[in-house]
Amino acid sequence: MEYTDVVMENFTCPKHVGEIEGANGIGQVGSPACGDIMKIFLKINDDGIIEDASFKTFGCGAAVASSSMATDMIIGKSIEEAGKFKNSDVVDALGGLPAEKIHCSVLAAEAIQAAIEDYHNKKAQQ
Amino acid sequence: MKRIYLDHAATTPVDPTVVEAMLPFFTEYFGNPSSVYTEGRGVKKSIEAARLQIAKAINADPREIYFTGSGSEADNWAIKGIAMKNQAKGKHIITSNIEHHAVLHTCEYLEKQGFEVTYLPVDEYGLISLDDLRNAIRKDTILVTIMFANNEIGTIEPIKEIGEIVKEKGIIFHTDAVQALGNIPVDVKDLNVDLLSISAHKIYGPKGIGALFIRKGVPIDNLIHGGAQERKKRAGTENTAEIVAFGKAAEMATEQLEENAAHMKKLRDLLIKGVMDKIPQVRLNGHPEKRLPGNVNFCFDYIEGESILLSLDIIGVAGSSGSACTSGSLDPSHVLLAIGLPAGVAHGSLRLTIGKHTTEEDINYVVENLIQIIERLRKMSPINADCPIDDAVFDKADHHH
Ligand SMILES: Cc1ncc(COP(=O)(O)O)c(C=O)c1O
Ligand code: FES
Repeated sequence: MEYTDVVMENFTCPKHVGEIEGANGIGQVGSPACGDIMKIFLKINDDGIIEDASFKTFGCGAAVASSSMATDMIIGKSIEEAGKFKNSDVVDALGGLPAEKIHCSVLAAEAIQAAIEDYHNKKAQQ
Repeated sequence: MKRIYLDHAATTPVDPTVVEAMLPFFTEYFGNPSSVYTEGRGVKKSIEAARLQIAKAINADPREIYFTGSGSEADNWAIKGIAMKNQAKGKHIITSNIEHHAVLHTCEYLEKQGFEVTYLPVDEYGLISLDDLRNAIRKDTILVTIMFANNEIGTIEPIKEIGEIVKEKGIIFHTDAVQALGNIPVDVKDLNVDLLSISAHKIYGPKGIGALFIRKGVPIDNLIHGGAQERKKRAGTENTAEIVAFGKAAEMATEQLEENAAHMKKLRDLLIKGVMDKIPQVRLNGHPEKRLPGNVNFCFDYIEGESILLSLDIIGVAGSSGSACTSGSLDPSHVLLAIGLPAGVAHGSLRLTIGKHTTEEDINYVVENLIQIIERLRKMSPINADCPIDDAVFDKADHHH
């Protein structure tokens, strides 16, 4: 199994690790296939723009790299745009993933959707 | 960067002395050992010399040693060959649930062919219980196959005691000794085994050559049919160079056994102590004493094995993991599950296996770097003592599909 240089870079020096203070959208999903878990934190401003994003991941190299790349890609996007974010966007940006590691990128896309959903839920409750 | 190889249970580098012994058999001594002319006869003698070296290494008669194409083939042959030959007597086989896939998948195959297999459980250290074994034996049991030492957690099974029980009942006993040879004494007379599998590439020999010990008189069918090689038991023109290499490697392994084992054991204990003392929330998998001298297997809570392996690889260290994420199947290691680890914990496993060339500096380097790697990965992890795994997150993923 071979990881691309971009995957390795994102694994060795991942961007946006940790929790952001004042995150108003938090999503956590696990992969039933392998048991890995990803948590995404979003800070969304009143104009519906994702000002900041971060992650915490319990998973393989591809999962860490996908989290790093995905958070980096959605910062600055509106929640509508981010809502259309797909795992294939992460895979392309990483220069590809081995076939058995595609589900790791799915985890990243799902965690983002879960975080956006959490933001909407919180807002509805206000 | 200097590489530190700590995956000797996966394979070992071929010893230069072994390489030297095998090379002439590709060029100068290329003859077919079955030929009657000089080129053939000379090669035949070398094969018989290697057979004697192997026999001596496990205290067998050379006529009880049959060369195979791998350790996996030896396991397949032992199990299928005994099953086929003895099925009139019964169709029940006993094994354990921590065997190598070469044994497990062969047993599963036989189940599909109408055989019944009992998979003995193991305790938290990976040991089978002799009482469980006694209780599992039936009138129609024809074979017991239990590994000598486990490749993942290094646990050494009580083969001699198992052999006594099995012999008393008149059942055939096979053991996979692929991980044992070169690490602990292997003596087929002392162990009461009828069949025993070994492989060259775990003892500083080449890959693709193994052997099966078959005690004289044990009724077994052939696996590979064809020519009359290996006293009509295993067809195929002999892999002369590798057979000679295997013989040399086995001879060296026997000569150096005490020295190598003591060296590896010292480093193993240094590694275990270093990690257990300096890294919190880690557990040692396998048995504290009944373990291979070169085997170390840890589980680090809250992190995943592949991430540890990649991090180690970057700083020059080669190790392995039973983590789901490193195997194509995505299932965590069956051995770690068998010793009772929850799938989430089995995830964070790291196996480091020491060899005869490993040094104390290597171990110190690994311990020092591992401290930082584990710390970094734990900081990245969404789970910890306060936030354990919440199973609901797995449903959420399904819902989004
Ligand atoms: C316990 C055990 N049995 C069997 C095998 C298979 O041996 P080989 O790689 O020679 O097929 C191995 C190693 O891969 C092993 O560790
Ligand atoms: S997320 Fe589990 S294998 Fe990558």
